[in-house]
Amino acid sequence: MAKLTFKTDNCKGCGLCVDACPKHVLQLAEDKINKKGHHPVEAVKEDECIACAFCATMCPDCIIKIER
Amino acid sequence: MVVFEKPYALTDVPMHYCPGCTHGIVHRLVAEVIDELGIEGRTVGIAPVGCSVMAYNYFNCDMIEAAHGRAPAVATGVKRAEPENIVFTYQGDGDLASIGTAETVHAAARNENITIIFINNAIYGMTGGQMAPTSLPGQITQTSPYGRDVTQCGFPVKVCEMLSELDGPEYLERVAVNNVKNVKNAKKAIKKAFQNQLDGKGFSLVEVLSSCPTNWGLTPQNALKWIDEKMIPYYPLGVYKDRSAAKEDTK
Amino acid sequence: MSDKVLMKGNEALAEAAIIASCRHYFGYPITPQTEVAAYMAKRMPKIGGTFLQAESEIAAINMVYGVSSTGHRVMTSSSSPGISLKGEGLSYMAGADLPALVVNVQRGGPGLGGIQPSQSDYFQATKGGAHGDFHMIVMAPASVQEMADLTVKGFELADKYRMTAMILADGTMGQMMEPVSLEYDIKPMPEKPWATTGTKMQRGHNIINSLSLVPEELERLNFERYKKYEQIEENETLYEEYMMDDAEICIAAFGIAARVSKNAVNEARRQGIKAGLIRPITLWPFPSAPFKKASERVKSFISVELSMGQMIEDVRLATECRVPVTLCNRVGGMIPSPEMVLEAIKEAAKNGGAR
Repeated sequence: MAKLTFKTDNCKGCGLCVDACPKHVLQLAEDKINKKGHHPVEAVKEDECIACAFCATMCPDCIIKIER
Repeated sequence: MVVFEKPYALTDVPMHYCPGCTHGIVHRLVAEVIDELGIEGRTVGIAPVGCSVMAYNYFNCDMIEAAHGRAPAVATGVKRAEPENIVFTYQGDGDLASIGTAETVHAAARNENITIIFINNAIYGMTGGQMAPTSLPGQITQTSPYGRDVTQCGFPVKVCEMLSELDGPEYLERVAVNNVKNVKNAKKAIKKAFQNQLDGKGFSLVEVLSSCPTNWGLTPQNALKWIDEKMIPYYPLGVYKDRSAAKEDTK
Repeated sequence: MSDKVLMKGNEALAEAAIIASCRHYFGYPITPQTEVAAYMAKRMPKIGGTFLQAESEIAAINMVYGVSSTGHRVMTSSSSPGISLKGEGLSYMAGADLPALVVNVQRGGPGLGGIQPSQSDYFQATKGGAHGDFHMIVMAPASVQEMADLTVKGFELADKYRMTAMILADGTMGQMMEPVSLEYDIKPMPEKPWATTGTKMQRGHNIINSLSLVPEELERLNFERYKKYEQIEENETLYEEYMMDDAEICIAAFGIAARVSKNAVNEARRQGIKAGLIRPITLWPFPSAPFKKASERVKSFISVELSMGQMIEDVRLATECRVPVTLCNRVGGMIPSPEMVLEAIKEAAKNGGAR
């Protein structure tokens, strides 16, 4: 069971993490807007996360922390 | 157990780059390498002029902001004065391959014991998307609105290929950060480029094919695709020079 | 009195730099200062220093920028066209508040010009030298001894005020030989807590930078820098007065022009003309005070230059145009003769100060 933490205020909503995730755990929160004015990333199926860190590997803003 | 978190060598300052710009990925890779080698306390980074001009705010090590294109000369001074310190430059294509070509070529020719991270995104980003020395033939930019016409503005500069003809440099590799596999390879190359300096081997340059979604006019996802489909065929990935490895082979 | 040795100006300057604990030199070959580079190429490897022939003047000044960022003493030398190329780096160093010593052994210009002595980079040196609001401390030696002395002083002032000090010499000072004494009591270098020497994980990161995108902040930095410049004007102005006690005709001249002028002043005195000389040693800060004082008494000034009338503007400003200031000059590598200066003095005396 992996735990995902996002520094949501720094997310620019580019979605590169969403595309990188092989388990489709992530999505951009269409109903939320962060301080920067972007739809930030959120985990919708955290229980399916395998902690491969592909999302964090592609995140340009280093906002994802992954623990297992 | 922490599987992944922000490296210590990066500050907490939010980066100013556009959404999906891969500068941030490369910054992180450099910081991870600094962490893994345990060299933050004796590393000095040189920022260029261009989009990454404010890189000095993002790395926790000592930082110097250089004039446009002059980072390899500044790095030469820093390294000669304090040879025990680890010195890296972080430069874009306009900085390194246009206005700073002489500084780049001669630092390589001297086999200056420094590490250069060269971001090739085929465009001038900071000034709003003008033609770069590395813009592809036919590429539309603000200053090549009808596409780069090679009969008028010449051909792109292939930095790794060009430098590989010199006897000076130790290590030249071209990588890309357009997918997870390539990012992992990029990290290996960057680590080697720093390790070479620690081992006193000399000039190491890693060219990173990088994206500029804003000025390419593409989504972040399509920009990564553009690296794959347009840039990599013109700028093949791989090791262009590895003197120590070549020596090993001939033994 | 200490032992004297016979040395060329360029070599005395280079040795003085080494004595002042400069261990890093970057340069590019250009006449008439190449002896400085050649001397450093011989000496630096023997004392564990750096001599590096850079790929260009631009690279050389940026290598200086790099060494200076680490807090070590560093210098470069060149001649006029090369100094133009260094302009970019000089401006960045001013913006980043970095100390260094830069030597300009001037030759005639503009453009490629010639290779004979000149003082035609006066404006470039004293009015900034590149883009942006800034000054360098500019010192003009008039002997081989001063080539050495002002080099040592230049390093000390550069460190004290965190800025570039420039030796503005001319081909004559570089090439001529005179006996010099190179005994100095070198003061310890000031602490440089701002230097980028690695954090050693003991402090926050240092940043050497001239970028400031917030206008209020950039304005503040400029005002602060100019406060510092005011202090320098107050404390570091240097000049020599010669026979000025009762002078009626005052010559303004520096470097080789001052030496020539001194001969002319002596001859004028023999002929009964009360001539005197004020020789600025620092060109920036310009010694306005002695000129202002003299202007209350003398009948006229003559600016003797190897340029088309550059320092004369500062003389006029300093004297607030109270009395006439005339120009006596040769350019293009030519040097005014004592006879030419004497004629100018006689002319001024004849006119009794009238224009």
